[in-house]
Amino acid sequence: MTALTEPEVQAWVGRTKEDPPGDIVCERGYILHWLEATENANPLYWDDAVAQDLTGGPTAPPSMLSAWMRPLQFVPGRNEKRMPLSLHFALKEALGLPEGIVAYNEMTLGVPVRPGDSVRTMQRIREISEPKTRRLGTGRSWIIDVTYTNQNGEVCGVETYEMFAYVREPKP
Amino acid sequence: MKVSAGDRLPALKVDVTARTVIMGASSSRDWQPQHHDHAWALNRAGTRDIFLNTPNQGGWIERYLTDWTGPAGRLGKMRFRMRRSICVGDALVFDGVVRSVSTDAAGCTWADVDVTLSVGEDSATECVARIAVPASDADNPWARRGDDWTPDAPGPLELNSQRS
Repeated sequence: MTALTEPEVQAWVGRTKEDPPGDIVCERGYILHWLEATENANPLYWDDAVAQDLTGGPTAPPSMLSAWMRPLQFVPGRNEKRMPLSLHFALKEALGLPEGIVAYNEMTLGVPVRPGDSVRTMQRIREISEPKTRRLGTGRSWIIDVTYTNQNGEVCGVETYEMFAYVREPKP
Repeated sequence: MKVSAGDRLPALKVDVTARTVIMGASSSRDWQPQHHDHAWALNRAGTRDIFLNTPNQGGWIERYLTDWTGPAGRLGKMRFRMRRSICVGDALVFDGVVRSVSTDAAGCTWADVDVTLSVGEDSATECVARIAVPASDADNPWARRGDDWTPDAPGPLELNSQRS
């Protein structure tokens, strides 16, 4: 756990960070992988005629939004490791909480993401809890809002995550 | 699409395997080790095994809803709270019931649906989703833009456990 004082911890509330667009643009192969993983037979994503009729062409499933902002794990010449939701990971590090889970998620969806679109995020810490102990360990929870925009500045969606980051309790 | 409060969605059963979890993580590009590394999940994260990640649960929920609405159904908003990790070996069951149906000022018809992801007797994930459904054969929720697409218009969307 961190040696930060409570006011220093709470000073993170309201901080924002904008991450650059993800390393990949929306593309059909990844959409098919998503559909494969969720055994999703929705013809909107498999039948181009249905997609043309309903959405004016192919789109990605709305719940797939966060896939498009995640950095590649390897890029030639890139020395620093990029993390998705970098503000969340910066807070985890500042608080000395190595483990983390997502406890709650909320999505409000806007314009569809289409093949060729790139997505960037703006993140904001909304609140940070007092220290708490749960079954997994001792740490804090926080709420972070994430706004996703496409290359045209249109909002594709807003997500809210409640994270719990913690240090595991030593086994007796 | 004719929808009424109280309508029940058909149950969906999914046997969660290592492939389910790892493919879910891969397809959402989430390489946090608790979603693919068994030893890490046990020894670092303190969970029973690797477990479904958040975006993949969202993807399964969307799939469950659009199995019911058909391709014209358009997800507008959803909330879910994960109370218990869904791990390899779990027999996962999706259940859903329509909480309410409303039409906003732009004429968009919304179904608010409570969805539960259960493992055995445990409710692993509690969800509520708001999905736009066609009000008539001529209506297409996907054609809505700007002020005609307002998933927050019908009012707050709270999980059952948040409601007083």
